[in-house]
Amino acid sequence: MLTRLRALMTKELLNILRDPKSRTVLIVPPIIQIFIFSFAMTMEAKNIHLGVLNLDAGRAGFELVQRFREAKTFTRILPLQGQAEIAPVLDEQQALAVLVVPVDFSRRLAAGSPTQVQLLLDGRKTNTAQIVGGYAQRILEGFLAEQAPGAASRMPAVLETRHWFNPNLEFMWYTVPSLICILSTVISLILTALSVAREREMGTFEQLLVSPLQPFEILLGKALPALFLALCSASLLLAIAIFVFRIPFQGSLTLLYGAMVVFLLAIVGIGLFISSLCMTQQQAILGAFVFMPPAVILSGFATPIENMPAWLQTVTGVNPLRWFLIIVRGVFLKDMPPGDVMTNILPMVVIALVTLTAAGWLFKRRMG
Amino acid sequence: MLTIESITKYFAGAPQPALDAITAEIRPGHITGLVGPDGAGKTTLLRLMAGLLIPSEGRLTYDGLDTAGDTQPLHAVMGYMPQRFGLYEDLSVIENLRLYADLRRITGTQRQRTFERLLAFTGLAPFQKRLARQLSGGMKQKLGLACALIKKPRLLLLDEPSVGVDPISRRELWRMVGEMLDGETTIVWSTAYLDEAEQCERVLLLSEGRLLYSGPPQRLTRRVDGRVYQLLGIPAAQRRRLLTEILERPEIRDGVVQGKALRFVMDADAKPPDPAAFGNGPETRIVPVPPRFEDAFIDLLGGGPGGDSLLARRTFERPASERPIVEARGLTKRFGAFTAVSDNSFAIRRGEIFGLLGPNGAGKSTTFKMMCGLLKPTAGEGFVAGLHLARAAAKARARLGYMAQKFSLYGDLTVQQNLLFFSGAYGLQGRAQQEAVAAMVDVFDLKSFLGTSAGTLPLGFKQRLALACAVVHQPDVLFLDEPTSGVDPITRREFWNHINGLVEKGVTILVTTHFMDEAEYCDRIGLIYRGRKIAEGSPDRLKAAARTPEQPDPTLEDAFIALIEQSDAREAAAA
Repeated sequence: MLTRLRALMTKELLNILRDPKSRTVLIVPPIIQIFIFSFAMTMEAKNIHLGVLNLDAGRAGFELVQRFREAKTFTRILPLQGQAEIAPVLDEQQALAVLVVPVDFSRRLAAGSPTQVQLLLDGRKTNTAQIVGGYAQRILEGFLAEQAPGAASRMPAVLETRHWFNPNLEFMWYTVPSLICILSTVISLILTALSVAREREMGTFEQLLVSPLQPFEILLGKALPALFLALCSASLLLAIAIFVFRIPFQGSLTLLYGAMVVFLLAIVGIGLFISSLCMTQQQAILGAFVFMPPAVILSGFATPIENMPAWLQTVTGVNPLRWFLIIVRGVFLKDMPPGDVMTNILPMVVIALVTLTAAGWLFKRRMG
Repeated sequence: MLTIESITKYFAGAPQPALDAITAEIRPGHITGLVGPDGAGKTTLLRLMAGLLIPSEGRLTYDGLDTAGDTQPLHAVMGYMPQRFGLYEDLSVIENLRLYADLRRITGTQRQRTFERLLAFTGLAPFQKRLARQLSGGMKQKLGLACALIKKPRLLLLDEPSVGVDPISRRELWRMVGEMLDGETTIVWSTAYLDEAEQCERVLLLSEGRLLYSGPPQRLTRRVDGRVYQLLGIPAAQRRRLLTEILERPEIRDGVVQGKALRFVMDADAKPPDPAAFGNGPETRIVPVPPRFEDAFIDLLGGGPGGDSLLARRTFERPASERPIVEARGLTKRFGAFTAVSDNSFAIRRGEIFGLLGPNGAGKSTTFKMMCGLLKPTAGEGFVAGLHLARAAAKARARLGYMAQKFSLYGDLTVQQNLLFFSGAYGLQGRAQQEAVAAMVDVFDLKSFLGTSAGTLPLGFKQRLALACAVVHQPDVLFLDEPTSGVDPITRREFWNHINGLVEKGVTILVTTHFMDEAEYCDRIGLIYRGRKIAEGSPDRLKAAARTPEQPDPTLEDAFIALIEQSDAREAAAA
């Protein structure tokens, strides 16, 4: 059995690597994509105009506004005279956000009682608004920590904080590790989705089926080379992330690779499932592209899962990419402890088992 | 008049031109055969005629229209049926016809009359509502032809209309085309079947991009007049050995098995051998027979390859066994309500060639697939080398070799990598694997191609490599699916030399084919029709069963058709 499996795996690797087209597809697009996408998907907010309505006559209010004035993010501050001016400023997009400091801000702060600063954001620009909200939050927190130590905890949160482990808010730190996940998903999915379909199309599949190779051997012989190539590709991207983009790698490589193997197995299962279903490579490619968009959108890559409706959050549970993204970001940026990594690997183990079994089942069924 | 003036066509990346300085004329009102094996350049020439390709050198004109430039007026008078005709598989028969009528702007009563004529002509009238993809191979070709004939063309180009089509549908296609010849229509029919050449008024014989002959087929055949003989009355068991022996004689140009007899071509001015040399007493006779186009073709190419098989010499002798090596017991396959194969049983002994024949859609491929374990039977059992195909699938498969009709090796892998993969897939490793691969390289003369991608091999070597990969693990049973269809006749003879040699060593062969030349090599044939086996026996017995006063000496193809008609008649009587 090992002889047969080795022969099959060698053949699979040669088949992919000897074809100049698939060889190129494996290396060039991921590299180009990681460079282009990393810059394209930047979420950094720059050149923001901020409207300020300071109703507080006290020192604290003035100090706070000064802080915003000093922040590099806000290139222009528009002082507003009254509540009535807020709506037009936002409507006409003269400012992305308006900061409202209440009348009693200084007084309440001095008294140590809870107070509220209002930040109105242009909801049409969801992403930027969210980021600016984050900036504002940080400025406010910094200010409060100086003004009245201990008061910060009592302040109502403007937005939940998401930038702890990216103190300089380098958005590349966030996008590049995520891109590694997505690009390695594409590679392993395409490689496996094409593998059976290509043999069916070329007529070599029957030649395989009449050999003593068992169905599970054939599947294994196709899964392992694809896994290997996807791991190579992911390693290359990882190296680019660390050495070219200079993103600090905080966690354990072993944990990351362990999780990556489980994750890629889950994707390989999906790829083989698509492949067993398809008669031609064209169908297989279509199948892969039916899977990719929902997998990316429901992964938390571009939009936080917490912002999705509860039922949809449950649905994202079956998406291996969702779990792997958590692990990659965690391990990459904050040295996620092994326990937490395991908590996120476990769902992927279940998903991998399900997809591989389903692929095996369909594969056997399509033969009979 | 279609004039071909020193046409040469190169394709980028190919070392040889696809067509090399072809000059010929195609006469109006005739059917001209474009004859040659796969890769000879038939399709390229047809596409040049149709104005779909531009020649690298030379000029092609039809009634003064240059095919390279005047495509508009050319297409108005021309019908072209490519090899895989552009039928829309998800449209019904009538919808396909309507579509092509719309494209040709045939409307009104003319349209109705055309449809009626074509449907009657093709016999497709009862199947108008059937989707094209549910048609059998023969019916698809007929529908394709009907679509090409919607607007009656003055020039009709047919690219291998009969490939993969059973003998019955093949005859119908020929009848249809014959009816079209009215003195005005010019037809070009391309084919790899050399027997079809004899039905054409004129032929262009192509080989490796060169024009070997152009003119009436009879004139070419005449070159071997009086040189073709049959050796009759030899023991059936010895005919393969005798063929090898005969082919080794220097004065013999070519020879093949024809049922129980051997057919051979002598060198010019050579005397036929003495029948006594084949030592079977007065029974053994040598009689002259009329030459065929193929005999002349081989003669033109310089004779066949001899009779020796290095492969057979390298193969170990299988022990004698009385038990059948391949056996089907009541094989049945149902797809939903449709029964593709019904209660099919046969047994093949050691060292026997068994052929499965039948019309398209009769269930012979399904039977074949069940026997190699590619399909699970609904009922019944199959055995290979005494092993149950379902219960000991992998073990049974390890004992068989399989060669598909279409070239189905890994085109991106080199010859050596293909051999290593297939030997490895059959569990060979280490020295045993090295030796097995080296033996195949030696036997099939693949040494100079070891590092070549299999996909870019010349066709003859592809064929050799395919056989090499199928036998590298020395299987006891070899399953062949139309193994030499479209292959040039020299390579085909080499192939059958190997098969005959293997059979002499006790290897068992199951072959399925539409190709009567291949069927003649069989010891026994099972004829499958409508999912049932309607006849079984040696080619000569089947021929005898079809013998009638009108047809005292039927060919195997005649027998095939007669037996199927008899079965239809029986069924009609029973109903």
